[in-house]
Amino acid sequence: MAVNRMFRTCPTTGLKFHQPAEALMKWNAVAAVVSLLVGGILALGVTLTRWQAVHLLAPDWFYLFLTAHGLNMLVFWIIFFEIAVLYFAGSTLLGCRLATPKMAWAGFWLMVAGALLNNYAVIFRQDSSVMFTSYAPMGAHPTFYLGLILFAVGALIGCFVFLGTLAVGKAEKTYNGSIPLVTFGALTACIIAIFTIASGAIILIPTFLWSLGLIEHIDSLMYRTVFWAFGHSSQQINVSAHVAIWYAIAAIAFGAKPMSERVSRAAFLLYIFFLQLASAHHLLVDPGLTSNWKIFNTSYAMYLAVLASMVHGLTVPGAIEVAQREKGFNKGLFEWLRKAPWGNPVFSGMFISLMGFGFLGGISGVMMGTEQLNLIIHNTLYVPGHFHATVVVGTTLAFMSLTYFLIPVLFRRQMMFPLLAKWQPYLFGLGMSGFALFMMGAGTLGMPRRHWDVSFAGNLFPHEFPGTAWLMIALMGISGLVAIVGGIIYLLITVGSVFLGKKIETPDFKYVKAREGMAPAPQPVAATLTAHHGNIGMAGFVAPGTFVLAIVFLTSFVLYYFVNWKYLSTVWPLS
Amino acid sequence: MSAILPPPDRVWWKQPIDRVEGTWIAIALVWCLIMFFMMPYWHVFGKQNLANEAFKTTPEAYTRKAQEVVDKYTVRTETAQNIPVVHPPAGSDVYLVARLWSWWPILELEAGKSYRIHLMSMDWLHGFSLQPENINIEVHPGYDHVLTVTPTAPGTYSVICNEYCGINHHTMASKIYVK
Ligand code: HEM
Ligand SMILES: [Cu+2]
Ligand SMILES: [Cu+2]
Repeated sequence: MAVNRMFRTCPTTGLKFHQPAEALMKWNAVAAVVSLLVGGILALGVTLTRWQAVHLLAPDWFYLFLTAHGLNMLVFWIIFFEIAVLYFAGSTLLGCRLATPKMAWAGFWLMVAGALLNNYAVIFRQDSSVMFTSYAPMGAHPTFYLGLILFAVGALIGCFVFLGTLAVGKAEKTYNGSIPLVTFGALTACIIAIFTIASGAIILIPTFLWSLGLIEHIDSLMYRTVFWAFGHSSQQINVSAHVAIWYAIAAIAFGAKPMSERVSRAAFLLYIFFLQLASAHHLLVDPGLTSNWKIFNTSYAMYLAVLASMVHGLTVPGAIEVAQREKGFNKGLFEWLRKAPWGNPVFSGMFISLMGFGFLGGISGVMMGTEQLNLIIHNTLYVPGHFHATVVVGTTLAFMSLTYFLIPVLFRRQMMFPLLAKWQPYLFGLGMSGFALFMMGAGTLGMPRRHWDVSFAGNLFPHEFPGTAWLMIALMGISGLVAIVGGIIYLLITVGSVFLGKKIETPDFKYVKAREGMAPAPQPVAATLTAHHGNIGMAGFVAPGTFVLAIVFLTSFVLYYFVNWKYLSTVWPLS
Repeated sequence: MSAILPPPDRVWWKQPIDRVEGTWIAIALVWCLIMFFMMPYWHVFGKQNLANEAFKTTPEAYTRKAQEVVDKYTVRTETAQNIPVVHPPAGSDVYLVARLWSWWPILELEAGKSYRIHLMSMDWLHGFSLQPENINIEVHPGYDHVLTVTPTAPGTYSVICNEYCGINHHTMASKIYVK
């Protein structure tokens, strides 16, 4: 079988795109954006219903919209995009041909079929409003599970194509030495994805058979335990992927080098080793599990992953700071940050993503993953507040920023509406941060998640929430709308540019056939084992501004953490 | 553009760790350890812990026990559906039945006394959410989960369901009275 070895070189970045990989990246990105569009329309309905002053949808439609919103966003948008990222980090960054493009296409079409089938069950059959968690014994139509299974198999194929590509790169010597840090991050995401999909199979296949009547009984506790081994570790895929993108953007926008490869790579390894058991923090108030099990799995396992995130949270801005200082922005603590390109959405989006993920998503996540503290937030609006900070401000916004880089580089189109693009990360990122924060506020006051009517109108035993909680969901609705406007602008820019944007014509553009590897012969590099950065920073710290930010972060973290213990100590004693 | 290129230094793992990074890693590690110790600490010194006492049982057996308590300790009924209000003696076992879409019976407790409250679902998952205390516990079918609770202040509390349990999930609410 003839292997396609045609490459083009991007004139601005020098990146090398393998022809089939390029097509696959484009199609995966397009499928991702279509899912985001669907999920976004649903988000509007859900938000306008939870904002009780509007209360748009009837209950059956609300629960249907909510189920479909969760799936199209969390599963389809994110994972299609991640597959594109894997191919980018594998093929493009290594300048290597994609292994088995045919398999990759098969995976892609399986994913498309799965996503369509699942949406068919939820939106068209209207008998599968079980939320993306589909907790047994509440059952959905078999096509609901089958859709997810097909999608997962497709994604698994994508992972193996990525691993195959790394092997090809190594064998054909398309690069020298170790793979780039970003590719390493993508590899982390891929390894976790393989574990994750295996857990997904363990839970979804029996549930599918059960929905067909072939299996008698699914235990609800078993379901939740295995489901979250799948559901939570898949969030770790997202974290690894968006952290890799942060590093990539720092490199693209600033030419930033990782402060030390060793630390950043070790932090990625921690993700692989310690996140698998973190499904426990979804089960902290479930019966039938011991405290020892809960504490072991949340702390031993999770805190080392938390440590890893805290490390990335320092090294990414740290790398930017060092790069900026070396360029001469070396005054004071924050000149490097003030003089950053805040008008460039690739950077501003990435930086808001980093801050929002750390301050909002990270702190809230660790708080609610603490065994006893979970009692005061479990299943309240706090939970979606937390994960909109992680997976929307963190992951989604990072993906959006990367798109602005990819439109000219991958799609070879000029970006349309550059002025809107300048504002988009702020509208989306800050709107979403507000949204997440107000949701957490409402949750702290007890408002439940996934709930159509917190006024309990017409109920025999209505509960009255305090006025502040009502204020919180109104503010949540308003900031949600701001974020949705940001989302619409993103869709407008991407869809507009990709289909209607001005083509970027490069004189004598062509795909070039590369027989063997394209890397230059290895150059002996002088070992630089001593302190490497010139005369920058202060007090022996090369990135003092970042360190100060990190200390601010830690202080908020500590305060917030203990405030919650204080709050817990005031509720009814329980043993 | 180094994070997207192979590390220029072939032996990158021998690069010394930056001072900023080293300091931060040490601080972060200490903080993670503190957070770890908080959980066992609270088991010993804190008052809000789950004992994790739970039994596998069947809806029939569970309802039977709940019915016994209702038969013995009902003090009045409420609403047109005559939902019993149960006032059990301090220290006794009380059974709360969660089903689509109601909590049964209504409990009447005394402040400062402890009760062994059992929670179980007859059908799907439900969420026991005690408001405005904001104590939230997952309720499973088939697992009888025992909590020893001590209400602190008199008042009328709400129990709402906060685990999505189908189309009428938002109607699943009840009361707990504390005298
Ligand atoms: C402008 C953007 C968005 C808005 C305004 C929005 C709004 C909402 C609202 C109001 C809820 C309902 C919370 C509840 O009642 O429990 C929700 C749930 C959810 N959202 Fe979003 N969302 C947005 C974007 C996203 C994105 C990008 C993702 C994922 C990447 C996402 C993932 C989810 C998930 C997983 C749920 C939970 C569904 C469930 O409880 O089963 N959302 N969203
Ligand atoms: Cu319920
Ligand atoms: Cu419910």
